[in-house]
Amino acid sequence: MQVTTKDLLRLATIGSVDDGKSTLIGRLLVDTRQLFDDQLDAVAAASEKRGVGDLDLSFVTDGLRAEREQGITIDVAYRYATTPTRKFIIADCPGHVQYTANMATGASTADLALAVLDVASGLKEQTRRHLCIAALLGVRSIIVAVNKMDAVDWSQHAFDRVVDELQTLSRELDFTSVSIIPVSALLGDNVVEASNNFPWYDGPTVLDALEASEAGAWEHTTTQGARLPIQWVLRQPGGGRTYAGMVNGDTLHVGDRVTLLPSNVETTITSLNFGGDELESATVGLAADVGLAAETNAGRGDLIATAPLPRVTNELMTTICWFGEKPLVIGQRLRLKHTSKVTPVRVKIINGVIDIEKLDIDESTSLNTNDIGLATLQTADLLVVDAYRANRVTGSFVLIDEATNATVAAGMVGHASFL
Amino acid sequence: MTTTPLRTSHTTDHLDLLESHAIFILREVVAECERPVLLFSGGKDSAVLLHLAVKAFAPQQLPFPVMHIDTGQNFPEVLTFRDSTVERVGARLVVAKVQDSIDEGKVVDPGEMGSRNRLQTVTLLDAINDNEFDAAFGGARRDEDKARAKERILSFRDTFGQWDPRKQRPELWQLYQGKVNPGEHVRAFPLSDWTELDVWQYIQREAMALPEIYFAHERDVILRDGMYLAVGPFVEPRDTETVQRLTVRFRTVGDANCTGAVLSDAATLESIIDEVALANVSERGATRADDKFSETAMEDRKREGYF
Repeated sequence: MQVTTKDLLRLATIGSVDDGKSTLIGRLLVDTRQLFDDQLDAVAAASEKRGVGDLDLSFVTDGLRAEREQGITIDVAYRYATTPTRKFIIADCPGHVQYTANMATGASTADLALAVLDVASGLKEQTRRHLCIAALLGVRSIIVAVNKMDAVDWSQHAFDRVVDELQTLSRELDFTSVSIIPVSALLGDNVVEASNNFPWYDGPTVLDALEASEAGAWEHTTTQGARLPIQWVLRQPGGGRTYAGMVNGDTLHVGDRVTLLPSNVETTITSLNFGGDELESATVGLAADVGLAAETNAGRGDLIATAPLPRVTNELMTTICWFGEKPLVIGQRLRLKHTSKVTPVRVKIINGVIDIEKLDIDESTSLNTNDIGLATLQTADLLVVDAYRANRVTGSFVLIDEATNATVAAGMVGHASFL
Repeated sequence: MTTTPLRTSHTTDHLDLLESHAIFILREVVAECERPVLLFSGGKDSAVLLHLAVKAFAPQQLPFPVMHIDTGQNFPEVLTFRDSTVERVGARLVVAKVQDSIDEGKVVDPGEMGSRNRLQTVTLLDAINDNEFDAAFGGARRDEDKARAKERILSFRDTFGQWDPRKQRPELWQLYQGKVNPGEHVRAFPLSDWTELDVWQYIQREAMALPEIYFAHERDVILRDGMYLAVGPFVEPRDTETVQRLTVRFRTVGDANCTGAVLSDAATLESIIDEVALANVSERGATRADDKFSETAMEDRKREGYF
């Protein structure tokens, strides 16, 4: 059984604490036989030791001592699953509001969000918050597992009530693909195996929906221009140079007319290489290096692009998820990392904070821990940006505390469509 | 109620994407950090890591040295492979010896037969300090262990080399930031999202060389604590143990006295891939005594600064 070509789907679980995210992932891994015998034995032993039954499936991903003691997820656990045609990277994210930064970490690279909620409690504020953050981070496609159906006697009425709420919110948040599935993660109904407990439901199981989803959505861009942020300059034997970076947006070909930014030098691609081998073209996601016709002094932080070209600016309208312990205030100085460029930055204006419940913007002059707000930033160096909605690579940045080097914010250029 | 999403076609498979992502991480860390080093044990994961590092900077030489933390309890085949590989890629090799840490009185010698696995942490942290390395690449994968499953790709270590799983830096998109203050460092794990099977498929695709002990061979072994250990200078049979000559291979490479062999006829990459794809027991579960101390053995060692 030589398993070869597969595509790669990255998903993040989201939703409130105690609604069963980790249990659902545990169930998915167990029922698709992704776990080894010794790993299952270890989960069984840990369950017994803590008096939580024969097999607490949440222990499959809650691997830290503190998580098992408290019965919660603190940080993202990455798990892997494969089917004959697909490799899945699963980021099991924490539900508590205090761990929002960790949830955003898991969701920022996701093609798809798998939301889990408890049918009895419906759409909690924290679930709305996670769906909103996922939407802000550009996730367009969601699968919602309406969990704990066993506890409401598999009631269609209970399910339908949650579906109505979810559909309203999904429309507001502009999700383009939504699958809502009644499940019991505890018992396994509709996770991998279709269930007989839902005569009124004939849609997919969670696994069916995952297999039908679009892989590589993360790299999908709405503008067609190619982007290659330069990471490193490689000296070639004989004196030439090539510029190394990951191709994004569109395929690059030898002979393409490109513009080097921010210097605005127009030139032609003379060579494309990967790992020392020459290529005719380089597809999205390839860590290539590029030779250019023009003599340039390009280096790390510059960007090679094809039309339509990105914007060159040192003032940005942004959406910010603030994780710092102290509030973000006007005039604050930080460091900003955007693609391979790092520059000092100052907060010029805080334009408001997002009200998750109403999806409105409230007036505010500061952002507290885990607030999502709108801010105008001024950078010391010129940046080459696209709107985040158009390109997740050239539209994203992080803010860094100058003293501790800690990452204190996730930032996106522009505003989400639903704000 | 479902709306059917569109599928798009892809020209690159999962191995291509994992490979490029790892190369991207290698370049990012080298660009952001002052003095990186690549931890190289001669095992399959660090061999893949070194192979990727060579690709990331071709046709130039590697812009950093490689370092081996030598417990003095190695399989000889692995040391041979280490030296020939480092010479072939033209890298500078730094060897930090656990024996030196013992001689300097920093750690207690567990005796000829005792495991030096945990002592490595002290040697590793001293070597990072002495060489002023601010970034160390490792071949660890998240599928190996539940604590590793929680770790960032760039994992921050304080001046004591400790990992604090409750205070990890948020790591958004592919914006890896490795800046640290003096005395601190980051561990960078470019193979985080690779599984054991991905590693083997990649080794096959790239036609890479590996130490012979990964392939099935005949060897004298004893059964101890449920694991087959190779009889040799670091493992002597006790009175109650019987030496057997069996066809085995190693799924992981650690110290000779705590790495178990698995019964296997897989002598080629093709047959190893088939075996790994059908395995019932995890890589570390099958072969590593060092992970069997407690439920959170790996988390505890990582907090102290282990690989």
